Amino acid sequence: MTTDRIEESPAHRYQAGLAEGELRFQRCEHCQAAVFFPRVVCPHCGGTELSWTRSEGTGTVYSTTTTRSRSGDRNVALIDLDEGFRMMCTVRAEAGRDVAIGDRVAAIIGAGTTPETLAFERLAAQ
Amino acid sequence: MSAGLRGTVSIVGVAESDLGRVAEGTTSLDLAAQAAGRAAADAGIGLHEIDAVFCATSHYAMSGLELAEYLGIRPTYSDSSNIGGASFVSHVLHAAAAITAGLCTTALIAYGSTQLSDGGKLVTASLPNLYETPYGPRYPVTMYALAAARHMYEFGTTREQLAEVAVAARQWATITPNAFRSEPLTIEDVLSARMVSDPLTVADCCLVTDGGGAVILTSTARARDLRRPAVPVLGVGEAHWHRSISEMPSLTRTAAADSGARAFAMAGVSPSDIDVVELYDAFTINVPLFLEDLGFCEKGEGGPFVSGGRIAPGGELPVNTNGGGLSYTHPGMYGIFLLVEATRQLRGEAGERQIPGADVALVHGNGAVLSGQATAVLGTLDAL
Repeated sequence: MTTDRIEESPAHRYQAGLAEGELRFQRCEHCQAAVFFPRVVCPHCGGTELSWTRSEGTGTVYSTTTTRSRSGDRNVALIDLDEGFRMMCTVRAEAGRDVAIGDRVAAIIGAGTTPETLAFERLAAQ
Repeated sequence: MSAGLRGTVSIVGVAESDLGRVAEGTTSLDLAAQAAGRAAADAGIGLHEIDAVFCATSHYAMSGLELAEYLGIRPTYSDSSNIGGASFVSHVLHAAAAITAGLCTTALIAYGSTQLSDGGKLVTASLPNLYETPYGPRYPVTMYALAAARHMYEFGTTREQLAEVAVAARQWATITPNAFRSEPLTIEDVLSARMVSDPLTVADCCLVTDGGGAVILTSTARARDLRRPAVPVLGVGEAHWHRSISEMPSLTRTAAADSGARAFAMAGVSPSDIDVVELYDAFTINVPLFLEDLGFCEKGEGGPFVSGGRIAPGGELPVNTNGGGLSYTHPGMYGIFLLVEATRQLRGEAGERQIPGADVALVHGNGAVLSGQATAVLGTLDAL
């Protein structure tokens, strides 16, 4: 019997994590690379054994922009998570200060009023 | 091994379709076909001598089937591969390989789009990205803005330097017949234009127009006997490292570094040998990025490099001599127009904007979000 049938899609496993309050990513069992977006093959080594891990949700802004539209301004950022993967997300606005490259940020899950269930907010300077 | 393709095929016909805003009800296939007919006339061959069709559009997933049917061509070689706006430059590589392998003799590369008539919205057959779309990026400008912001952060590139790119493009457009935008543009105009996605204003963004183009290639041996001066393909290469911006390894380094190195190696030339440069300026940041990655300047030096009119008419390095996607035309996948303009320059038929004695031209296509990259080095027969 082959055992590599996809029983739960990578997308569903990821979204189920958010619904349970977790930001999930994958690690390759073969090369240990952090993998995001979720998938069934490791893009670093071609390995097919990927395990799911909970991210601490802390990271650094790699790049950021404010996209303007009639419905309002919106931050779009790329975040480098501390575990070694990158993702797009929104960093919440803070009065009087723009989001900047290099800002330390933390994930907020499930608390958004925006369509997505995940956003980031700036961590207070240590 | 790929050096064996050097100069084996030549561009023998080029044309554009109607540009700007086309007649109501015109389809993107009408424009691709109109350009194909004009390119065949330019080459002095019959359309039905074409036995290979290379096509990419945003409107038709099976564009090769559509276009061949429309033209009544039954190709022996068909290629609808799509790496975004760079597709047509990558098709030059595929066509050179196919012709040299004896799989076909006469290749048509064609494109058409009615993006302006369609209301200006970017047509795309791509499914939404589950890991990006929820966060509200405006595709593709948000992605290029992220690259621009990172370039400014790493290298101190300024908005004024990016504006130089738009101003230079406009200066070329003012001496190019049929350019979509030809009124004067200043750096201050670019900086004070409506912000779309920081740091890019609407004047840092390409146009939205209708239009199409076509290029015909055949063996250089046959090209010598045709109507127009042959333009040999000296080198060509393609590369891609990512599709979505989240997956781009570094926002300040593109796969143009690979596609360019492959094209230069095949051609046996270096950036200092290039007389004229045509590169895909979807957004102003593209130009410094590609000039760096192709080796015209060091990484991070693109901002200063494009400043002071260096790439404008009369400058040291002529770049985008028709005004580019920023000022000439941009129906969504601009790459075909790079080949058309480079060919006109090498044939010496570019009128007021002609670069005197242009012998070697570089064409660089870009697709999606700095994703698909393809580079070609074209020349005159003297450069062969």
